[in-house]
Amino acid sequence: MTAPAGGGFTMPRPGAGGSEQAVSAEDDPPVPLADDAVLDVDEVRRESDVDAVLERLDAELVGLVPVKTRIREIAALLLVDRMRTRFGLSSSRPALHMSFTGSPGTGKTTVALRMAELLRGLGYLRRGHLVSVTRDDLVGQYIGHTAPKTKEVLKRAMGGVLFIDEAYYLYKEDNERDYGAESVEILLQIMENQRDDLVVILAGYKDRMDDFFRSNPGMSSRIAHHIDFPDYTVEELAAIAGLIAAEHEYVLPEDTVRVLRDYLDKRMRQPRFANARSVRNAIERARLRQANRLVSEPGASVTKQQLQTLEPADFLASRVFTDPPEEADAEG
Amino acid sequence: MRITQGAFSYLPDLTDDEIKAQIQYCIDNEWSVAIEFTDDPHPRNVYWEMWGLPMFDVADASGVMLEVDGCREAYPVHYVRVSAFDARLTRQTTALSFLVQRPPEEPGFQLDRQEGPDRTIRYTLRGYASERPEGQRYGRGDS
Ligand SMILES: Nc1ncnc2c1ncn2[C@@H]1O[C@H](COP(=O)(O)OP(=O)(O)OP(=O)(O)O)[C@@H](O)[C@H]1O
Ligand SMILES: [Mg+2]
Repeated sequence: MTAPAGGGFTMPRPGAGGSEQAVSAEDDPPVPLADDAVLDVDEVRRESDVDAVLERLDAELVGLVPVKTRIREIAALLLVDRMRTRFGLSSSRPALHMSFTGSPGTGKTTVALRMAELLRGLGYLRRGHLVSVTRDDLVGQYIGHTAPKTKEVLKRAMGGVLFIDEAYYLYKEDNERDYGAESVEILLQIMENQRDDLVVILAGYKDRMDDFFRSNPGMSSRIAHHIDFPDYTVEELAAIAGLIAAEHEYVLPEDTVRVLRDYLDKRMRQPRFANARSVRNAIERARLRQANRLVSEPGASVTKQQLQTLEPADFLASRVFTDPPEEADAEG
Repeated sequence: MRITQGAFSYLPDLTDDEIKAQIQYCIDNEWSVAIEFTDDPHPRNVYWEMWGLPMFDVADASGVMLEVDGCREAYPVHYVRVSAFDARLTRQTTALSFLVQRPPEEPGFQLDRQEGPDRTIRYTLRGYASERPEGQRYGRGDS
């Protein structure tokens, strides 16, 4: 039998695209630049997707300066490492485990969900998927149940981000027979040994996370980035309101925004204020009032614009404005 | 005698990085990856023990490598292989299977020839190692 012109059999190989070049490229590392060479930072920046990633982050999340600063630093390190490699200097992936602490509704969960995509965009993660778990997914019900459960979750998260929301529930200090400790132990081990394959993000309220770290010093020291989420200012909350309204395809006219600021100003000083979440709730309720306003007028007709617009009245009817301050502690 | 079974077994033993790349190839093709081990590597022994369950929802090869390492640690002198199953209709078969560990010493097989009538010969392959009980076949008394 004569071989085809290319030499040897060729079998169709689904999914094999490009992997051969990748291997051969690894085989001969590029020649390092001369010691006195000069690199153009802007050019390296342009070659990477860093700017696109950071711009999206800025556009989609309001405020959160500490978070954005830290991400910017991580991105900068990536660029520096790329340039170092060009000179033949060593570069290692920075430790990336993180903990997010802050008051309710400051965007911890939102940012964590973003993080996987972000780190992948920066080239720190191979897959960029996110596995989001709570205590129930990690800790078992009986002896011998916890380790396989935790390992199963870790296995799925490899190459991406493991996000543990309300992480303090993992460990109950006052119950020494709690299986949570076993789970924490396995986590610690993997966080140390598989640093290149997995990023762990813990999130929760500040004081309780502090307690959690106090009873698990090993965990605290493995986390490179302890990021505190500040409460939002009224301006930031108003901007978030704009984003949330836009997300539902509603419009907040100028005078509504003014009323909304007033509302937020009052609401902030009341108990159980949950930052951006309170804004989301306020908009949800305004939608209800708007709907009621539109359909309850006898013989009414509506335009597209009316359907889209939240009027000041929709917010002014809130209990925050109508009730005396002491009683208006419930959201409404 | 170095046993050759599955893919790549005529090549030098794969390094961990190469194994990882192969596993990633399986994952990228949406095959489910399973780990199996045995100390009875007779070519007709298709029933190796499973190490855990096949993995259906692992996104990255490093997750599978955790299990490969777990199996190697528990069975340091067994044969360990990775198999990938393609569950797609029209295929539904093992798509790739290759060794990821072999015992340090492989004594090989004895070939028995049984003379039959009319000068017929029946052949039997018997592993030297499999004369010992399961779990003690390749030294170091692991079970
Ligand atoms: N900076 C922001 N920009 C836009 N929307 C935001 C921002 N921060 C929070 N949000 C919105 O606020 C809501 C609450 O945020 P999130 O659930 O992330 O808070 P959290 O800190 O996890 O709260 P908790 O501690 O109570 O779980 C979400 O719907 C999110 O979309
Ligand atoms: Mg949350």
